[in-house]
Amino acid sequence: MSILIDGNTRVICQGITGSAGAFHTKGCFEYGTRMVGGTTPGKGGQKDANGLPIFDTVDQAVRGTGATASMIFVPPPFAADAILEAADAGIRTIIAITEGVPVQDMVRARARLAGYPGTILVGPNCPGVITPGYRVGDRFEGGCKIGIMPGYIHTHRRDAKTGKAVGIVSRSGTLTYEAVWQCSVRGIGQSTCVGIGGDPVKGLDFLDVLEMFNADPQTDGVIMIGEIGGSAEVDAARWIKDNMTKPVAGFIAGRTAPKGKRMGHAGAIIGGADDTAEAKLKVMAECGIRVSMSPADLGQTMATALGLG
Amino acid sequence: MKIHEYQARQLLQDASIAVPPSRMVQTVAEAHAAASEILAGGAKLLVVKAQVHAGGRGKAGFVKVLKTADEARSAAEFMLGNRMVSPQTPPEGLEVKRLLVAEAVDIAKEYYLAITLDRAKRTNTLIASAEGGVEIEHVAETRPDAIIRQPLDPVSGLAPFQARAVGMKLGLTGKPLAQAVDLMMRMAALLTKTDASMVEVNPLVLTPPDAANPEGRIVAVDAKFNFDDNALFRQKAIAAMFDPTEENPAELRAQEFGLSYVALDGTIGCLVNGAGLAMSTMDIIKLEGGEPANFLDVGGSATEEAVSEAFRIILSDSRVKGVLVNIFGGIMQCDRIARAIVGAAKSVGFKVPLVVRLEGTNVAEARRILDAAKGELPTMQAAGDLGDAARRIVAATKA
Repeated sequence: MSILIDGNTRVICQGITGSAGAFHTKGCFEYGTRMVGGTTPGKGGQKDANGLPIFDTVDQAVRGTGATASMIFVPPPFAADAILEAADAGIRTIIAITEGVPVQDMVRARARLAGYPGTILVGPNCPGVITPGYRVGDRFEGGCKIGIMPGYIHTHRRDAKTGKAVGIVSRSGTLTYEAVWQCSVRGIGQSTCVGIGGDPVKGLDFLDVLEMFNADPQTDGVIMIGEIGGSAEVDAARWIKDNMTKPVAGFIAGRTAPKGKRMGHAGAIIGGADDTAEAKLKVMAECGIRVSMSPADLGQTMATALGLG
Repeated sequence: MKIHEYQARQLLQDASIAVPPSRMVQTVAEAHAAASEILAGGAKLLVVKAQVHAGGRGKAGFVKVLKTADEARSAAEFMLGNRMVSPQTPPEGLEVKRLLVAEAVDIAKEYYLAITLDRAKRTNTLIASAEGGVEIEHVAETRPDAIIRQPLDPVSGLAPFQARAVGMKLGLTGKPLAQAVDLMMRMAALLTKTDASMVEVNPLVLTPPDAANPEGRIVAVDAKFNFDDNALFRQKAIAAMFDPTEENPAELRAQEFGLSYVALDGTIGCLVNGAGLAMSTMDIIKLEGGEPANFLDVGGSATEEAVSEAFRIILSDSRVKGVLVNIFGGIMQCDRIARAIVGAAKSVGFKVPLVVRLEGTNVAEARRILDAAKGELPTMQAAGDLGDAARRIVAATKA
């Protein structure tokens, strides 16, 4: 078990013929993801380098392949439209990798997605979602990688020395890899890792993913990795205090960030006085989350929270 | 992206929002002429304001209220002839190239109005207060009930009935209420039309009654805009308002190469991929007792050329006593970083300690490249993990 995606999930790539879309479709395909096709308007009927069918529209792709998940690499000006096209075609899990989508586009798209209650959006501006596969020789099987993360750093519970697996939810891409790696080298596997993305208006937020991990029997604990900007981590911490039955380790990036400066992510900017990393860390600790003060201690903090010493 | 006050006033005026008469000037003579013209139009008081983004203008003497064109001339002489120094400027101050000369309207009452994104509600929100003219953050902290919040519909925006309700809560009646409603509606439309992330009018002024306006009149006296950088590709007119002289030159150069760089005060230069990891790298340097010299996210798809430029930018900062490279390759391939390190060693040279921590995509190839170039990188140390990397660079720069 896992959340959002698993080895049976049938996945298409929107923007499959673009350079990033093609590169990462291949990466996901090679990891063992059931990539079943992709879309690029005007290139319907062709095949990509992996032999996957290309369609003009998501609707045709869904009817032709039975896909239920989509990985979006469509360029920023058209990304919000691509999200809505996927929702309208019946895609259940939309994972938008594209960075640089205008905020007003996402405000409108999020509101329109309310009309598709069965659809889940992850991102945009995120590394994607991975449910790790188990090792068979030098390959992985049974997993599903939808996104740009390096597959090999992840560990399926079956391959984990401690026999434990944690869920990871994060606003950052490479910092998630850091957390995954620190867990993997300590023999802690991962059930699913969700990069929710660094934009101010996005799909799933911490709280949504935490609820899923809490309900997933194969998730033993959770690492949540936040950033400066916004109040989502604080809302999630309060929810954890009242509802979470599993240990949670947490970290907030940006304790040294200067006020008013955007730190790379559109969403990573300190606003008011309550909006600092320190303020978030304080609330998280008060809510029973094991806070890691150093990004180098994420794995160890999780291990301690799991009672692994 | 930020713009100057004179540009903000122009945007309001173009959207048919009432602003006091004003002109942007660049010379003392122009300032005198503008002041004469605005006085001739019936103004009794003028204000001359330096056009820089940094705050603290009033205390530094770069905002002056005055009555005559001659006073405007001497104010302009002072502002254009001296560098402005405030707590928000670099110690050497800022050169002032443009001034705003405007009518200083009489004030019966000041209000605050802004529209900005409410992240938690995922929609834009109108924020209003009858306590205008002061810092809204201060009002929010001391008297939160004095702040009115009205979320906008994410698709259709502000509705007239919502604007009317806000205007009434501000205590407005009669013609000024109708004027304020009209202004709020235009502000909301302007936000969407220009992809602004914030439009703020502070103060919004109700003028005292006069013969033409027996109930007073609503005027937007000062305005501030922030724009969504992600949307500038479709906002050519807004993008053209960008003033590069307001930016840190190293940050601008980084931007041209698709790098995200923010200059800080410390001594340890950082080169990292990913915003979260870059912030965390700064954090861990500080935890280990060092001070980061910058935030630098090379992103995932930076070319070898861009990464080399990143090294040049870091090494051109004379305060930098050491460099920490922390790469967790996902899309970014570690071997590309390794090649850029070797290239930078040849073209710029690492005279300061260099600690390299690489993990992820193509890491084996990257380690091979760095190993082969050891001779050209005498100050380099390889780190096993993030904690090790931070300890090594802090120790090396303190030695």
